[in-house]
Amino acid sequence: MQYVDFIAIGPLLILAVFIVAVMLLIALRRNHKTTMALSLFGLLASFGNIPFAARFAPRAVTPLLIIDGYALFYMGLILVAAAATVAMAYGYLDKQDEAPEEFYLLMLIATLGSMVMVACNHVGSFFLGLEILSVSLYALSAYTRARTESLEAGLKYLVLAGVSASFLLFGAALIYAETGTMDFATIGAIFEKAPEARHSLTLMVGLGFLIVSVGFKLAVTPFHMWTPDIYQGAPAPVTAFVATASKGAVAAFLVRLFAPIDLNAWPSLYAIFACMAVGSMVAGNLLALMQTNVKRLLAYSSIAHMGYLLTAFLAGGKNSAVFVAFYLAAYSVSIMGCFGVMTLFSEKDRDADSINDYRSLFYSRPWLAGVFTAMLLSLAGIPLTAGFIGKFFVVSANVGSSHWGLVTTLALTSGAGLFYYLRIIVAMFTPLTDGESVPVSQKPSVPVLSAMTLTALSTLLVWLGVTPSWFMELIGRMIR
Amino acid sequence: MIMAWLILIPVLSGIFAWSLELRFRGSARWTALVALAVGLGFTCYLAHQPFELVPSGGPYFMNLDIPWIASAGIHFHLAMDGLSLVLVLLTHFLGIVAVLSSWTEISEKAGFFYFNLLWVLAGIIGVFLSMDLFLFYFFWEMMLIPMFFLISVYGHENRIYASVKFFLFTQISGLFMLLAILGLYFVHGKQTGQYTFNYFDLMGTPMTGTMGILFMLGFLTAFAVKLPAVPFHTWLPDAHTEAPTAGSIILAGLLLKTGAYGMIRFVIPLFPEASAAAAPAVMALSVVGIIYGALLALSQTDFKRLVAYTSVSHMGFVMLGIFAWNTLALQGAVVQMICHGLSTGALFFLAGILKDRLHTRDLGQMGGLWATAPRLAGMTLFFALASLGLPGLGNFIAEFTILMGVFQVNKIIAATASLGLVGAAVYSLWIIQAAFHGPLKVKKTFADLSFRETAALTLMLVGLVYLGLNPGPVFRMAQPSLDHLTRIVSITNPGLPNPAKPFSFNTSTPHPSENPGGTGHAIR
Repeated sequence: MQYVDFIAIGPLLILAVFIVAVMLLIALRRNHKTTMALSLFGLLASFGNIPFAARFAPRAVTPLLIIDGYALFYMGLILVAAAATVAMAYGYLDKQDEAPEEFYLLMLIATLGSMVMVACNHVGSFFLGLEILSVSLYALSAYTRARTESLEAGLKYLVLAGVSASFLLFGAALIYAETGTMDFATIGAIFEKAPEARHSLTLMVGLGFLIVSVGFKLAVTPFHMWTPDIYQGAPAPVTAFVATASKGAVAAFLVRLFAPIDLNAWPSLYAIFACMAVGSMVAGNLLALMQTNVKRLLAYSSIAHMGYLLTAFLAGGKNSAVFVAFYLAAYSVSIMGCFGVMTLFSEKDRDADSINDYRSLFYSRPWLAGVFTAMLLSLAGIPLTAGFIGKFFVVSANVGSSHWGLVTTLALTSGAGLFYYLRIIVAMFTPLTDGESVPVSQKPSVPVLSAMTLTALSTLLVWLGVTPSWFMELIGRMIR
Repeated sequence: MIMAWLILIPVLSGIFAWSLELRFRGSARWTALVALAVGLGFTCYLAHQPFELVPSGGPYFMNLDIPWIASAGIHFHLAMDGLSLVLVLLTHFLGIVAVLSSWTEISEKAGFFYFNLLWVLAGIIGVFLSMDLFLFYFFWEMMLIPMFFLISVYGHENRIYASVKFFLFTQISGLFMLLAILGLYFVHGKQTGQYTFNYFDLMGTPMTGTMGILFMLGFLTAFAVKLPAVPFHTWLPDAHTEAPTAGSIILAGLLLKTGAYGMIRFVIPLFPEASAAAAPAVMALSVVGIIYGALLALSQTDFKRLVAYTSVSHMGFVMLGIFAWNTLALQGAVVQMICHGLSTGALFFLAGILKDRLHTRDLGQMGGLWATAPRLAGMTLFFALASLGLPGLGNFIAEFTILMGVFQVNKIIAATASLGLVGAAVYSLWIIQAAFHGPLKVKKTFADLSFRETAALTLMLVGLVYLGLNPGPVFRMAQPSLDHLTRIVSITNPGLPNPAKPFSFNTSTPHPSENPGGTGHAIR
């Protein structure tokens, strides 16, 4: 390795250094505030290093990692999501009985894992990143040990992630047996340039297993069953992280893996993804209609959103990666905001995840209700929010490729989807009648950090919704 | 830039009103009133400009074009012609009436109320001015959320159901329009290599027949739901009944007009062949709406619900006039849009006043109120008469002109549609009889119209009388745009290339000298 290689992977290295530092700090002296501050500083320092790394991009650092604009963009996204999670987890963990410090350690490790995933160029590094992420997430999901549902979530995630990892390993092994390479770019090139490879049973099974494993992580139909339970059981900040950084990393990997392959020229593969997309949009949106638990509702809505994301991915053409990235960014901001509000109202023994917890919130906390409303409207894809622009580009790209079936499904299902977002909004605007009370305290103290984070997220939401040009250009510049 | 300000004033003052209300109670309504008055002032100023500013090329006298998302061909493009101007004028006028109507009705959470009110108006003004289809869709959606809040937060008993129904109907139909917009965008882009949402560029995009029909239906669905045309009208009675007074006024007076405006501006000019093919069906549907709305109105006992169904009937005339597509019928449709806005807005205002005093909207529980509240009764009589199309008032001119225009296209449809006028006479008089005549059913006395209410209603009354006696200014303002539109697209004779004169005396004259005032003069 050369000197510049170290600068190129600077964001990863810095985060790793801070992981060790946080670990030592916890060993030396337990202090919630200091640990949180150091973790947040570590994330921001790593983020601040991205421009320096970008000077040497694209650069393959060992055969395992490739640091290009694409990887760096997603690293930035993951770091921002992680920083927001950490900032909002502070107030949440303050209310819990468990020692809060290790939460930050695990969060940093999970972030590192996601960042490796978006920069991977090799089955080995992908597997490493995935496992670093997953193992920390098992522990994070079960972090609030006193709650049974949290333990259940941790265990479920352990089993499912284990299964999906074994699919990945087996699939990769099959592909390796046939092609003799574990390098993603080479594998992709083989599929694209040697059409006879598409008739090899071993390769197809291997590829199929890879898709299954990615499908599990993305939680697209028919691999979506775990999502509601994990979303519901895991502590709200962890759910936020799973929904944004973890899914974002997998989506980034998916796009990178299939970048050399022209999906529209490979009908069977296209059909598989199209079925997953349509299934996710339909199942996610319809199942969400029935939910009374906000976390479960958002879990189903996230399944639908992953369906939209796959639709963007399927649009093909040179801009599809840009649209996926924009959509993911918009989605991350909105869902992070939703869970951010939720963490504020969560109490020691339970998260504020019932729709009833938000009854008449508009009258007791108008600003928080406003933020929550904006985030939900963004998820629903209403103008003035980032979600609208994201969805608009997804639809527009697919109309451009004449994928009318996908687009019509998207329009119809997201129309149905409005209904459940509205339910939460309506609940917030419904006043309590005399004698009624809300299950949780609607007058929580709002920590400064949470307030700042929510303000930043809301600003970003509207900013991206009104002037998306600069961000599109940024993505376009980094990704190409 | 003045057009951008027309949108920005309500947007900014909405935020300002909300934050000021938190500090000083009761300030929001003043803020809203002042903001709208300023906007009205601007628009009136503009109304004195157009006739000198009309450039020879087209009817637009103002244009503002700023790149927004340039990479996708999206511009912040506003333009104003007489048609837009008339409707923007109406928006400000009814906005002021809406503020006056909720002056005392809304006392709780007033800041958020006026915020939503101003933002709906901003969205509506944006819709009337946008010449970029993306921007148009943006404003189209922007009207929705504040209206949803107006109904769901400030409405009556069944408000949640009504607001959600309203939202789902309009939003889902809007998504179809989005698909059609994008389809058009790509068809145009692939043929010319220029990817743009610019209305003027997209006009005349050649496309296959099926594609044209599908895209046209996408637009038409969104507009027909808003209008509302049978069978998409079911959200309207619920939304009207449950909305607060100001909500009803804006809904009936302005939101429905955006649907009609969309048909005039987008559906027919962008898809002339498809519209020509669909015109007989759409006209038949309009007639069904006219008669069906009138029949349903006859069987209502709820004051607001009754007026809501009369809207279905009256807006049926508008759609009929639009799809007849000659200047005469279009002129009538435009005047009908304004008169319906005024008369129905006033009737909703009166229903709100009655509800406020009597705590009921049930006509069966009223009766004999003339003695208790003569001014209220007199006003209601006036607007009911306007609604039934009494000669001398604006609605008469409008419906008469529409029927005259339609008669040239299809005599049977015109004859059938005129049955709606009979229905209108019956239900309008039934309101008066049920509420104000007969034995007195309400024992308690209540206040007659206050000065504020009288003032607002008088403004609308004067407007209707003025339009009834002298509709010329509106005709003249809308004339250049409508002439222009009927000249560049003809749907009545789709086979002919650019036919200037589908009919003998009224339409587009290539040489203004032959018929200097156009229809406006002919009518007066």
